[in-house]
Amino acid sequence: MKNILKTSLIAGVFSAVSGTALAESLDAQVNAVFASITSPFVDFMFAPVPFTENFPWIVMWLVVAAAVFTLYFGFVQFRFFKHAISLVKGDYSDPNDAGEVSHFQALATALSGTVGLGNIAGVAVAVGIGGPGATFWMIIAGLMGMAAKFTECTLGVKYRNEYDDGTVSGGPMYYLSKGFKELGLPGGKFLAILFSVFCILGALGGGNMFQANQAHAQIVGVVGDFPGWITGIVFAAIVFIVIVGGVKSIARVTEKVVPFMGVMYVGAALIILAVNYDQIAWAFGQIFGGAFTGLGVAGGFVGALIQGFKRAAFSNEAGIGSAAIAHSAVKTKEPITEGFVSLLEPFIDTVVICTMTALVITISGQLMVDPETGLYMVNEAGKIATIGNTSGVSLTSAAFGSAISWFPFVLAIAVVLFAFSTMISWSYYGLKAWTYLFGEGKRTELVFKAIFCLFIIVGASASLGPVIDFSDAALFAMAIPNVIGLYFLMKVVKAEFNSYVSRLESGEIKKFKA
Amino acid sequence: MTVKLVVGIDGHETGSRALDYGKRMAGLIGDCELLVAYIIEWSPYSFQTQEENAERHKRREEEIATAKERIIDPAVKALVDAGVKARGIVRHGNVADALDAICVAEKADQIIVSRSSEGGIAKRIFGSSTANLVMGASVPVTVVG
Repeated sequence: MKNILKTSLIAGVFSAVSGTALAESLDAQVNAVFASITSPFVDFMFAPVPFTENFPWIVMWLVVAAAVFTLYFGFVQFRFFKHAISLVKGDYSDPNDAGEVSHFQALATALSGTVGLGNIAGVAVAVGIGGPGATFWMIIAGLMGMAAKFTECTLGVKYRNEYDDGTVSGGPMYYLSKGFKELGLPGGKFLAILFSVFCILGALGGGNMFQANQAHAQIVGVVGDFPGWITGIVFAAIVFIVIVGGVKSIARVTEKVVPFMGVMYVGAALIILAVNYDQIAWAFGQIFGGAFTGLGVAGGFVGALIQGFKRAAFSNEAGIGSAAIAHSAVKTKEPITEGFVSLLEPFIDTVVICTMTALVITISGQLMVDPETGLYMVNEAGKIATIGNTSGVSLTSAAFGSAISWFPFVLAIAVVLFAFSTMISWSYYGLKAWTYLFGEGKRTELVFKAIFCLFIIVGASASLGPVIDFSDAALFAMAIPNVIGLYFLMKVVKAEFNSYVSRLESGEIKKFKA
Repeated sequence: MTVKLVVGIDGHETGSRALDYGKRMAGLIGDCELLVAYIIEWSPYSFQTQEENAERHKRREEEIATAKERIIDPAVKALVDAGVKARGIVRHGNVADALDAICVAEKADQIIVSRSSEGGIAKRIFGSSTANLVMGASVPVTVVG
């Protein structure tokens, strides 16, 4: 470690000879130091499951958890899907609570933190490596993830803190400590602290650096190459104004523009699908066929499965614990109702939006197929060869652009706005974890906010590889203490669930709206 | 039986015209109670930030307190001082829906509102609260010009 720092320092002194060289070497140094610091952590998080080639244990951890919750709650995501929609519509909301946070608002705010680059860039990464078959596994992971969200968000509301001044704070750190204490279990406080540490890292990684990095890549794609730290400083300044300066109007505008962008994105995908309606059946054929055979992709169907599961988890964050923070502000007498509402989140995020992206990429013909065998052509890097050698967000951009020529420009704006809105959301999640560890107070909050802004500059300057690795690792690490806690606390959710369902069936819980 | 009239006010001069009319009607009816209502425009389907959600309960309490202190309490006091039986109500929601809901809950006989104080594009697109109330109310509505 000392040697690395010394080398970087020496390299830094020598590179100060010219402005351009300085800018380039700054980026390179940030990258090298960053990669060397984070690689042991990243290697541990993505270590493969024994007897598999490259199936990260942490992805398996999340998928198994989602499957357990699905079975434990008797496929709650399907049985109560209609009820969840009814709750979001406000059918069961007491009119006397008007003016409080509604189910719709809690869901919309949580969605603005999850819908973003995962749906645009992440899906392209999954399909680009695992082929269209990855989409099938992504949908399966999304459907099962709904049960994990249900569990964590119910607990988020049940064990939230309501302060004397009327504000609320909730999330895994609270249900881990308070829930374990209530059940007389040891270790709750330790898990809460562990979660908070990972949440801060996740906020700085996936919720910050990854976003800044991809936003810079998009801007470069439109206006041409320039150093990342410039984007970083601009972004950091805007975020600073919002979270430190208290200029809420910027955040408010984003919160209104982002849903509009999301609707426009899905609308554009639907138009492309409608125009190519004759290919939809073929595309689904590719998705189902590829799910079990791989259609020539590296690693066969296992490769498709890994990519699908991995990107679904990264996109909808089910089991990660972030949603429990977002959903905890809702006004309800029944914590389980927010659980029902939250299960719509992975459905909208993964099953609907991610599938749209995957279908558009598949139909656009950007993935190159060998005309003789009908299998996908794989390049030296193990990825599916694409027209123009695109990957990630540029693959999605090219796919949309092949049907609507001007759409890449809209997509570039959408990506920047999505990135900004995700950063604002994660600055809040990170801050909640930070204040849990270090206590509430203007000064402690300011320290975190300043660190957060600094990491935006680091994220925009570093190259994609180390940033994506660290972002994934930090975000997934939150799932370790969170899922352990969920296993112990799921019986609490079950009791709430049984009580609510019996009262719903007996007619004790009534709709306020006919 | 006491006749209940709901008077919707919006803090503008037009609202006080409705209040004056309500006061006159109460005098003519005799056994009458005026329910002076102020609706804070609010939609459960608006978009908010995380921080706004966390502070929402606190803000709601503040909004209700401010509306009571600045608009409702002086209006009710003026009515009571003039010998009229009156009560104040503050609610969040859509103006037309909330006024009608108060009427239904309180079993009121009539709603009195002033002509709309809204204008511009919003009125053209969404219609005025008064117009919406007239079209959807469960009881007769008197609109004071």
